[in-house]
Amino acid sequence: MSTHLDPVGADAPPGREWRPPSYWPFVIPALVVVLAVIVFPWVFTIWMSLNEWKVGSPTTFVGLANYLRLPQDPRFVEAVGHTLVYTALSVLLPLVFGTFAAVVFNANFAGRGLIRGIFIMPMMATPVAIALVWTMMFHPQLGVLNYLLSLVGIPPQLWVFHPGTVIPSLVLVETWQWTPLVMLIVLGGIAAIPTEPYESAQIDGANQWQMFRYITLPLVMPFLFIAAMIRMIDAVKSFDIIFAITQGGPGSASETINLYLYSVAFSYYDLGYGSAIAVILFLLVVALAALLLYLRQRATWTEIGAGA
Amino acid sequence: MSLRQAFGKIGLWFSVVVIVSPAILFFLWMLSLSVKFEVDNAAYPPVFIPEHFAWKNYTDVLASNRFLTYFVNSLVVTGTATLLAMLVGAPAGYGIARMAARKSAIVILIARITPGLSYLIPLFLLFQWLGLLGTLVPQIIIHLVVTVPIVIWIMIGYFETTPLELEEAALIDGATRWQVFRHVALPIAKPGLAVAFILAVIFSWNNFVFGIVLAGRETRTLPVAVYNMISFDQLSWGPLAAAALIVTFPVLLLTVFAQRQIVAGLTAGAVKGG
Repeated sequence: MSTHLDPVGADAPPGREWRPPSYWPFVIPALVVVLAVIVFPWVFTIWMSLNEWKVGSPTTFVGLANYLRLPQDPRFVEAVGHTLVYTALSVLLPLVFGTFAAVVFNANFAGRGLIRGIFIMPMMATPVAIALVWTMMFHPQLGVLNYLLSLVGIPPQLWVFHPGTVIPSLVLVETWQWTPLVMLIVLGGIAAIPTEPYESAQIDGANQWQMFRYITLPLVMPFLFIAAMIRMIDAVKSFDIIFAITQGGPGSASETINLYLYSVAFSYYDLGYGSAIAVILFLLVVALAALLLYLRQRATWTEIGAGA
Repeated sequence: MSLRQAFGKIGLWFSVVVIVSPAILFFLWMLSLSVKFEVDNAAYPPVFIPEHFAWKNYTDVLASNRFLTYFVNSLVVTGTATLLAMLVGAPAGYGIARMAARKSAIVILIARITPGLSYLIPLFLLFQWLGLLGTLVPQIIIHLVVTVPIVIWIMIGYFETTPLELEEAALIDGATRWQVFRHVALPIAKPGLAVAFILAVIFSWNNFVFGIVLAGRETRTLPVAVYNMISFDQLSWGPLAAAALIVTFPVLLLTVFAQRQIVAGLTAGAVKGG
């Protein structure tokens, strides 16, 4: 894992070599809680995924049968596709808008603190409450979004009520909600850049875009990477917004893996199969994280290659 | 040059308006929906500020005794889960920071990337087996999945930055490690505790997925209650929007007043549960 995810950094500052033993009593209560609510469910989920386990009927050990069922389950395969599209869009769009917002918030203007407070409200607000209002806004006849479109001469859309537009519409909500988090992370990066490169670039006659492209962007790359990682994890896991607005519909057009997992486990009570989906969903997050790490590694090598 | 500066200033303010308007307009529209009668909510073109305000939407929601039950449920679940998390999480963060056992935080990372539903399947069975379904206990316990990692993660980061000299001096003077923690380390860590507390409260309050599985009719928290209103009152938007706003209002208030702590906490590790 990247050390950038650490709040302070993995290397302890000098003078921290002093390490008295037995701080364990401090950790033990939390350890018990973590074992009970995080480690135990994990181990038990893996065990259940190896069993035919339905509520109300006896369980039998079936080995990997639940996993082998997955590729033959058209609804699961379709859900994987939805998840990947949803995730890709929900990483890219907040990254673009969040970076722009970070550049703006890095400037000095009156009332910046208050405006930043308002700007981060979408990600702190209760997702279900937000989803409810978006559902009303998406309404094809009475929704305010179609009214706004009509003002600029765009014909009314069906938004979340049409299989073709439901995922982009949900991504719109996700982007609205999570752009602030990307902004905060990237802003942390921009604020750490010294002013000298900008001063010399200005003397050399660089314009705003050139300064952004050749100074800001390369220097905030590590922060963009962290933002992309966090966004990816949250987008794959996204549940509240999708469940509250569409429940995976219309039909199964917006059913992601997480939504399908919910149906399997808590509508059909097929807990063994649901556990297998949960394990695969976790592995998908890990795999996508590895892919992002690989892409970053490659990008770094290309840069070094170009510089040499 | 001053003309250029003026253009720059206008451009900046234009950009500021562009980036905050989605948030502002959304919440204003939410407010507008919640204070309109059905006639105005169903009007086309939409009415933004109605002639007659439907305050009734709010009084109706608040007056239903169900809503009060759900509000108390939310308070109990979020309050207990947060306090328990602070009780076990603050010492744990301290211990991990002082032992420099950063690798143990990998469990927190795994918790961070695990979908909330994964915890639900085994814990649901466990609660059923223990006969706890129908009480608030299952929800309090499962909300620890959200609150404990947040508190531990933020407190590790915070205790790593607090000075060791005072603690060493107190140890030399014969204080026990617990006394050092209680009377030296903890008072210095108050800002960190505040950050951990605020974020744990918000993410627990907002949690939805645990409630839809574990809550019964009497044990719903507010987000679940609001979701259940959708299916029953599909057409009355006013009361629905009012309920939604009431549920999220405490969080919005906290966001504006404690935004410095929230920003510090989120950028410290961007831990979000569920």
